[in-house]
Amino acid sequence: MTRPVFLLLGVLALALPLSLLAGQVWISPFSPPVPNATAILMELRLPRAVLALVLGAGLGAAGAAMQGYLRNPLADPGLFGIAPAAGLGAVLSFYGGFQAQGVLLPLLALGGAGGAMGLLALIAGRSGGIALFTLAGMMIASLAGALTSLAISLSPNPFALSEIVTWLMGALADRGWPEVRLAAPLTLLGLGVLWRAAPALDALALGEAAARSLGVNPVRLLWLMIVGVGLVVGAGVAVAGMIGFVGLMVPHMVRPFTDQRPSSTLLPSALGGALLLLVADCLCRILPLAGGELRLGIALSLAGAPFFLRLLLRMRREIA
Amino acid sequence: MMLEAAGICIGGRLHDAAVQVRGGAVTAICGPNGAGKSTLLGVLAGLIAPDAGSVTLDGAPLATLDAAERARRIGYLPQAAEVAWNLSVRTLVGLGRLPHRTGAAADARAVGAALSALGLEELAQRPLSTLSGGERARALLARVLATQPQWILADEPLAALDLAQQRAQLQHLRALVASDHGDAVAGVGVVLVVHDLALAMNHADHVVVLDKGRVVASGAPLQALSPEVIATVWGIEAEWLGDKGHRALRM
Repeated sequence: MTRPVFLLLGVLALALPLSLLAGQVWISPFSPPVPNATAILMELRLPRAVLALVLGAGLGAAGAAMQGYLRNPLADPGLFGIAPAAGLGAVLSFYGGFQAQGVLLPLLALGGAGGAMGLLALIAGRSGGIALFTLAGMMIASLAGALTSLAISLSPNPFALSEIVTWLMGALADRGWPEVRLAAPLTLLGLGVLWRAAPALDALALGEAAARSLGVNPVRLLWLMIVGVGLVVGAGVAVAGMIGFVGLMVPHMVRPFTDQRPSSTLLPSALGGALLLLVADCLCRILPLAGGELRLGIALSLAGAPFFLRLLLRMRREIA
Repeated sequence: MMLEAAGICIGGRLHDAAVQVRGGAVTAICGPNGAGKSTLLGVLAGLIAPDAGSVTLDGAPLATLDAAERARRIGYLPQAAEVAWNLSVRTLVGLGRLPHRTGAAADARAVGAALSALGLEELAQRPLSTLSGGERARALLARVLATQPQWILADEPLAALDLAQQRAQLQHLRALVASDHGDAVAGVGVVLVVHDLALAMNHADHVVVLDKGRVVASGAPLQALSPEVIATVWGIEAEWLGDKGHRALRM
């Protein structure tokens, strides 16, 4: 498992400085100095790049953990309904007025994520059953989605409506150090929790009964998953809105280079997710687009849907 | 070594079931579909908590045993085990080391011993998807061996295998019972759920017959699988022909 880790670390070490140079204003050490280059680098691009790394790592690892937990390569952190619930919390903050929104939005988003985690624990926490857990997650996702639509349709004014819709599409534009300070500790904590779940996820490859016979406590594992995925996804939505497909795509890309155990895909998925989000955000920044930059969430969905389709087609061939 | 269940009741599935299985022997659990065989095996493995009754391992209640300690002593092979990822044989067998915290060198030794006990060295690097059914069954059994348990509880381990593979698998299990494998404790106790009565008759030291959640016979194969028991439980008039180890059922 060490080879893909070192490779990804190397690529990240190259990509990070390069990403700082790219943007509306290109900053190059070889061309004449750009006015305010330090401010652009330190206050605009560096925090944005760090945020991309943090959120990408969280989403990638959460995806790998979810696929291990559900024993299904098509699983995604979104299945737990935590992201839609966090999105609902964020959308409600738009009712608080423009001034309050800056503080309210991440708090309400985290509250939404926490509510979804609590609901999941309440429904499935005692039995530790995976099927019940998945169904509860889907129910929460669809409920949060419906309530979000309701909130949008009742929006106080057209301006708020457009704000909500734009925000939901997920982006890292105009994010700074405060967002990093909020998301980084929560994400790191979540990654730590998921790391503790790794051996149990490996055992689960043999099925639930065999995993229990190897000493896995299904209830403990369920709690680790709820808390780990919840922290990572909640923190991500709170600062950047909905960013899909990273958790689905990245574990697939790295798995062939590992021994396929969930524990071996966890770290490469985190690094791969960080790299994917960093590069994708950079491309969004430099793509010429009338009326501002391409939203990161849209870009990843555009790239992710064909990837997903290819995956399905390949699996269909394997099954047939 | 003794694994003992007494007065086991599980709503509708087991009624006051009692079994005693010895270490260093092969015990077969037989019975018609729905008799409660897999449930009883799950109870013995400590995976299913009975509504009433107790399971003891060498005199100590199984329920009080720490999960990791139980996992180190009782290996469990579920029926028709599916593996979620396309692991290599060595990685799969390595999963059997999860309950242990003995370090990489000891783990590698145990995995190596389990692979060689089942003749899997050549296949160690092969992904599971490229194995035949028999090779796959061997790899899954090797995973249980890698834990070096004192007990191996297997739910219909022979069901998906052809005749030659069934024989080979039984010989592997028999070899475990007879001798030590690698660093493991000598004389493992093996409990199998078996559908084929001739396999139970010829390869088990002890047979437990279940019917409708009750233990109806228990003892040496010839006694437990007597024509009377077969007639009552399976509703088939039959008798055993041949000598010890080669008996066949004539209906």
